[in-house]
Amino acid sequence: MTSTAMPTAEQHGLVAHTDGAFVPVQTRSERFRSVNVDDFEPVNGREHEWKLSPVAAFADLTAGELDGSRPTIETTLRQAQDGADVPGVAISWIDRTDARIGSAGIPEERASANAWSTFGESLLVSVTGEDEKVAVITRSGLGTAPRAAHTVIEAAPFSRALIVLRGTGDARLSENVEILVGEGASLTVVSLQEWSDDSVHLASQFARLGRDSFLKHIVVSLGGKVVRVNPSTHLAEQGADVEALGLYFADAGQHLEQQVFVHHDAPHTKSRVTYKGALQGAGARSVWIGDVLIGPKATGTDSYEQNRNLVLTDGTRADSVPNLEIETGDIEGAGHASATGRFDDEQLFYLMARGIREDEARRLVVRGFLTEIVQKIGSPELEERLIAALEAELQGN
Amino acid sequence: MSVLEIKNLHVNVETDQGTREILRGVDLVINKGEIHAIMGPNGSGKSTLAYTIAGHPKYTVVQGEILLDGENVLEMTVDERARAGLFLAMQYPVEIPGVTVTNFLRTAKTAIDGTAPSVRTWVKDVRESMTNLKMDKAFAERNVNEGFSGGEKKRNEILQLELLKPNFAVLDETDSGLDVDALKIVSEGVNRAMANTSLGVLLITHYTRILRYIKPDFVHVFVAGRIAEQGGPELADRLEEEGYDRYQVAESAAAGE
Repeated sequence: MTSTAMPTAEQHGLVAHTDGAFVPVQTRSERFRSVNVDDFEPVNGREHEWKLSPVAAFADLTAGELDGSRPTIETTLRQAQDGADVPGVAISWIDRTDARIGSAGIPEERASANAWSTFGESLLVSVTGEDEKVAVITRSGLGTAPRAAHTVIEAAPFSRALIVLRGTGDARLSENVEILVGEGASLTVVSLQEWSDDSVHLASQFARLGRDSFLKHIVVSLGGKVVRVNPSTHLAEQGADVEALGLYFADAGQHLEQQVFVHHDAPHTKSRVTYKGALQGAGARSVWIGDVLIGPKATGTDSYEQNRNLVLTDGTRADSVPNLEIETGDIEGAGHASATGRFDDEQLFYLMARGIREDEARRLVVRGFLTEIVQKIGSPELEERLIAALEAELQGN
Repeated sequence: MSVLEIKNLHVNVETDQGTREILRGVDLVINKGEIHAIMGPNGSGKSTLAYTIAGHPKYTVVQGEILLDGENVLEMTVDERARAGLFLAMQYPVEIPGVTVTNFLRTAKTAIDGTAPSVRTWVKDVRESMTNLKMDKAFAERNVNEGFSGGEKKRNEILQLELLKPNFAVLDETDSGLDVDALKIVSEGVNRAMANTSLGVLLITHYTRILRYIKPDFVHVFVAGRIAEQGGPELADRLEEEGYDRYQVAESAAAGE
């Protein structure tokens, strides 16, 4: 016979569990946020935002004291067409009380908040003018002591530019990058990680897109021990459009991670997310998490995200997690795809059957796989340089 | 005089159900300048012969040999075979994302010849072959076989045949899935290659219709992993009328012994 007793207060599940009042976050936009590091619990590695990361390798960045002073940067300003310097990209330092700071987004995890709590001044990259131009901002020699940094990239209404934020040499860096894309502006931001082998780089990038603006955001991670670049894009106004691209090549012992978030928050917004990675060597590790949230106001949204991984050797691991949340019934389209595969032996056979040697055939296939992203950058010079860098990766340099 | 010899070839393939014997003693001699048609029903081992000559790792040669001008082909890697002058036009060419037809052709030509082709004549040769095969110019900038229709894939195979100029070509069911116009274009390509370089051709087909456009010197009927009958072009005409039934009857009778 079944029991007909009335539920009692002791019945499991009737009242809050012993694990307290904790309720898992249901919607991506409702994650806890704060600019103050002390508002976050110490990182233990079991948190959803850290569970795939080697948190012990960078405890100094999540819990330690950071150097928030100005780093040395090197900038090259050029016009895309003829290489001459042009006005339209200005570099300066602004105070942390500047109104722009925090206007694109604020930290969702402790390393990001730690950087936010400690940075002294923020680098400001101001883009104006409707002609195309290129600026390369290089950070090198950041050293092996833990550091914080903050950068604001602001594109004025209807302005256009390609901004490369590049890192080389040693670094133990936790940073926040805010990207403000004004009405009708068209901005490309390339975050290029070419750090030294022992470097650790944790970055949160927050983009806010105005009406009818376009952002092409490209994360290229090649060098560094642990590189985690998490770009989030807030399609805040009608007609905003983001193309989020990523390219990574994880070698033995390298951890390359990207948690991508696109928030459709206005009507007729569009997003395309495409991340591609290759993994080669024992312990090569990649993580891609792609969250897309289509909010109740985002009618007519057109969204697609995908991640592709090419596994070149044994002993690697690629995590790929696409998530899609839709809170309105009226959208154009939303889809996602993820595939992680081994090198295709039939492709190899086809190329070799045409006389091409095995090593060259492998290079052709991998290069072909990854250059799809490179070709979309829109700067022939940078594309060429990245293809050369990929060649070097393939040869195990 | 270049010659491709296949002697008492036995080939196994590993399947989920275990090892299967596909070729059971194939003997064949192809001289340069000759066209040999290999015809046979599905599952008779025709494609296995094609892939074994090219060196696909899925197939294991358990007995016999393949000799190219006396050189042991079976000891060569896949790419060495191609550089020695063997070519396989595949039945199902694979897609190679991110690698353009132009880049692929130049890389293959450089590998086969040992030196990069002269830019001016090469571009002209490619353009001419593409025009002959009625391939649009835009083709050259597309990724190899990506989004190609069945007919486009086959034309791309013949384009490579014309440009890489092998001594011996195996055409694995190049005719299957082609409409009559595409079949003519592809056949003309093979005939042009014959006229230009007088290669030896092993034309593998299930149907006789391609033999209206490419005239074989010899016809071999392939049944159950070996050659059941051979003759001149008249054998193809007989097959067109009678089909493969009489061979299969004989085969099942033999198997029942």
